[in-house]
Amino acid sequence: MTFYKIGDDIADTTAPDVPIEQRWDKRRFDAKLVNPANRRRHSVIVVGTGLAGGAAGATLAEQGYRVIQFCYQDSPRRAHSIAAQGGINAAKNYRNDGDSVYRLFYDTVKGGDFRARESNVYRLAQTSTQIIDQCVAQGVPFAREYGGLLDTRSFGGVQVARTFYARGQTGQQLLIGAYQALSRQIDAGNVEMHARTEMLDLIVIDGRARGIVARDLITGQVSTYLADAVVLATGGYGNVFYLSTNAKNSNASAIWRAHRRGAYFANPCYTQIHPTCIPRSGDYQGKLTLMSESLRNDGRIWVPKNPGDTRSPDQIPEAERDYYLERIYPGFGNLVPRDIASRAAKNQCDLGRGVGPGGLGVYLDFADAIRRMGEDKVREKYGNLFEMYDRITGEDPYKVPMRIYPAVHYTMGGLWVDYDLQSTIPGCFVVGEANFSDHGANRLGASALMQGLADGYFVLPPMLGNYIASTKLEKVDASHPAVVDTVNEATGRLTRLLSIDGERTVDSFHRELGEIMWEECGMARSEDGLRKALGRLPELREEFWRSVKVPGTGDQLNQSLERANRVSDFLELGELMCVDALHREESCGGHFRVESQTPDGEARRDDDRFAYAGAWEFGGTGTGDQPILHKEPLNFDYVHLAQRNYA
Amino acid sequence: MKLTLRIWRQASPDEPGRMVAYEVPDANPDMSFLELLDVLNERLTLEGDDPVSFDHDCREGICGACGVVINGQAHGPRERTTTCQLHIREFNDGDVIDVEPWRSVAFGVIKDLMVDRSGLDRIIQAGGYISAPTGSAPEAHSTPVPKPIADTAFDNATCIGCGACVAACPNGSSMLFTSAKVAHLNSLPQGAPERAERVLNLVEAMDAEGFGGCTNTGECTVACPKGIPMDSIATLNREYLRASLGRK
Ligand SMILES: Cc1cc2nc3c(=O)[nH]c(=O)nc-3n(C[C@H](O)[C@H](O)[C@H](O)COP(=O)(O)OP(=O)(O)OC[C@H]3O[C@@H](n4cnc5c(N)ncnc54)[C@H](O)[C@@H]3O)c2cc1C
Ligand code: SF4
Ligand code: FES
Repeated sequence: MTFYKIGDDIADTTAPDVPIEQRWDKRRFDAKLVNPANRRRHSVIVVGTGLAGGAAGATLAEQGYRVIQFCYQDSPRRAHSIAAQGGINAAKNYRNDGDSVYRLFYDTVKGGDFRARESNVYRLAQTSTQIIDQCVAQGVPFAREYGGLLDTRSFGGVQVARTFYARGQTGQQLLIGAYQALSRQIDAGNVEMHARTEMLDLIVIDGRARGIVARDLITGQVSTYLADAVVLATGGYGNVFYLSTNAKNSNASAIWRAHRRGAYFANPCYTQIHPTCIPRSGDYQGKLTLMSESLRNDGRIWVPKNPGDTRSPDQIPEAERDYYLERIYPGFGNLVPRDIASRAAKNQCDLGRGVGPGGLGVYLDFADAIRRMGEDKVREKYGNLFEMYDRITGEDPYKVPMRIYPAVHYTMGGLWVDYDLQSTIPGCFVVGEANFSDHGANRLGASALMQGLADGYFVLPPMLGNYIASTKLEKVDASHPAVVDTVNEATGRLTRLLSIDGERTVDSFHRELGEIMWEECGMARSEDGLRKALGRLPELREEFWRSVKVPGTGDQLNQSLERANRVSDFLELGELMCVDALHREESCGGHFRVESQTPDGEARRDDDRFAYAGAWEFGGTGTGDQPILHKEPLNFDYVHLAQRNYA
Repeated sequence: MKLTLRIWRQASPDEPGRMVAYEVPDANPDMSFLELLDVLNERLTLEGDDPVSFDHDCREGICGACGVVINGQAHGPRERTTTCQLHIREFNDGDVIDVEPWRSVAFGVIKDLMVDRSGLDRIIQAGGYISAPTGSAPEAHSTPVPKPIADTAFDNATCIGCGACVAACPNGSSMLFTSAKVAHLNSLPQGAPERAERVLNLVEAMDAEGFGGCTNTGECTVACPKGIPMDSIATLNREYLRASLGRK
């Protein structure tokens, strides 16, 4: 049985046909401008206040647009970007170690296993240097050397030190920078900020995005907001898996609702499983905690050579340890890309060499680093991460090696966008992790922060201006039938969720969904497993709508209702992820199909059949309804297709 | 482990609240404090009770969303630890634990353990930024920043805006929070041009929001999960004095 239909190919028609170094200049030059005096008359909705949304809202407001902005947290400063630890890449080449825009471009295309669009990646690398300048000017306290200049370090998958960082709290510092810029615009009256307000649906009028329906989470009031364009900056959807490193309330509702209204969803199965997370400790576990990849700069990963070795790590002599990454990948050692490190950890555990409860863990050991640099230096570099580990596990990583295990971390898939970052719904732009654009099938460390800020500060604003300048929009108000219908649908869903009054909690459904996704659509995927998941997921969805229990009412603060609404969307998205994973009969980056591997167990791409981005059109959720696949063929004119090799 | 939680329940800002006791017979030492509340909430939901509302998101001690008063201490007994990072192994079998929202004139209770901290955002809006419109920035290395200054700025910039300092202060003052922002931005060369205006505006906003005055009790730094020191308050006072003299 097939689970999908095939539609026409899709293409990005906005990147100009000039050499790659000139594309972004040419596109900006061709873009229409909005007269500064007229910008006040145009309003833009920005959903999300993470790096992408915060940067976009502040910049659009500085340029004179009227911005209406939303986040579900009580303050824009709490967006999930705050949790990013390790750093942000930029091709500054301050170390004179051979870095360049071209090398960052090359590393990103290769790291993404040749499944990203070259034009977008090149622009990202070009923009990266400006980001660092911008952030320093805002007062972001990046780590510095004694001479007063900025310090950098290396991240996985690259051999230059281009990662700027602020101890283990880079995301926090960058986000505070964007938040402060946004705060300045709120104070100036240029941004109307709605915190604790959740987008429930996208309003599409005459084929264009014109607004959103949102719920005030305190009063329960459902309202409409209308504007000239809508920007979605709502982050990733890793929480489909229930357990992930994402913030507890991160969700896919905004992009999923836009998808249902016509925005194509590209490469939903591309998820990144991060190799260094704290293993789970019990059934009550609500989320997983990442230990930054930067730890792999100095920590060494190993397992006991003998399966089932239960001695404590300090009792296992050197000769009986296997530093398997250093052994298998001598070129990159502990710094291989994430997808490779995660799969290697899983393979070791599958061989019975895993450590800790259930054998689901490997050691990340700092003993050598402490000997080499001294404990103080290690503390200075990683102190807050070590403290966090100690708080969670009750173990002191200065004394015993950390135990780590892979966990869902990031989603490369997202709404399909063209070079202008516009989705297939005109007027609906998508930035940050919510879009699919730059990382292909695997994201390199420290590149999400770079992408979020590139999109928000530098790429979106001119392209949004171009859209507004070149589009004649009718005036609309809340009485428009499309608005009324969308509101009715959104409130109808909430009423239905509240009225079921069944016997299972929202979390119990979410957990079950997560287990299915982790087993069948996680680190290793097979045709059999995916078919099994696709048999079970529609049943689970049906059970959810029959027997979920959501206490309370809709006209009050109701966190159970918020969760139920999000989980209802995750259930649909999980299905599409499995369809996408099933259709892509190759392995690439984070998507590993057991049927497609090299003799030594590495991912084997199939460029003849799958060198495209898979953009899915919503096909309904009734029996017999199927999503429709539109392929965007990917051309590699600059970085030539090759099997990745990190040995 | 068996624990008894006495939790503040308040249906809405206008209704009176009260402490209600709940037993959690199946607490696990490796659970975080919020996971303990999750487990309780699952049970309350199935029993047809209203689950306890509380703010949380990252659960990694960095977003600043979580925060409750545990046995009279903001964020509970472990120093430099947010509520989400506090683990049940800090408690003993049979303990009775009081759980209350942040209490302060400037933070109204919304429901149960959730309060309104938007006053902290408005303090930042009043001037807690460096004006650097996108695109206007000079090359990052054009102004070297000596490492000790960069480190001081960073230490203060780690404030997560949780509001524990306000909750712990007998006067309900937000001085530690505000001083962290002043010390972060005013110590950097990039922040120098707006140095005087910034401190004056932040202090004015702090007063306008109804936060109390600072009498140097130091309770704030004890509660602060990020270890923002009293030194920062001294910095604010110094900056304030300098700016006020300059303004005259
Ligand atoms: C633990 C961790 C560590 C990481 N470390 C790094 C790192 O070192 N380097 C790196 O480059 N990347 C890192 N990443 C990835 C990176 O942090 C994210 O990809 C990035 O921050 C996403 O930013 P964003 O702006 O797209 O979305 P987010 O920061 O997730 O923001 C989403 C925003 O949308 C809002 N929102 C969502 N749904 C709705 C809705 N329905 N209605 C209203 N508002 C809504 C939220 O309130 C929020 O404001 C890390 C990720 C994790 C989980
Ligand atoms: S100063 Fe400390 S206690 Fe106060 S808001 Fe900041 S982090 Fe929280
Ligand atoms: S939930 Fe983010 S700090 Fe506790």
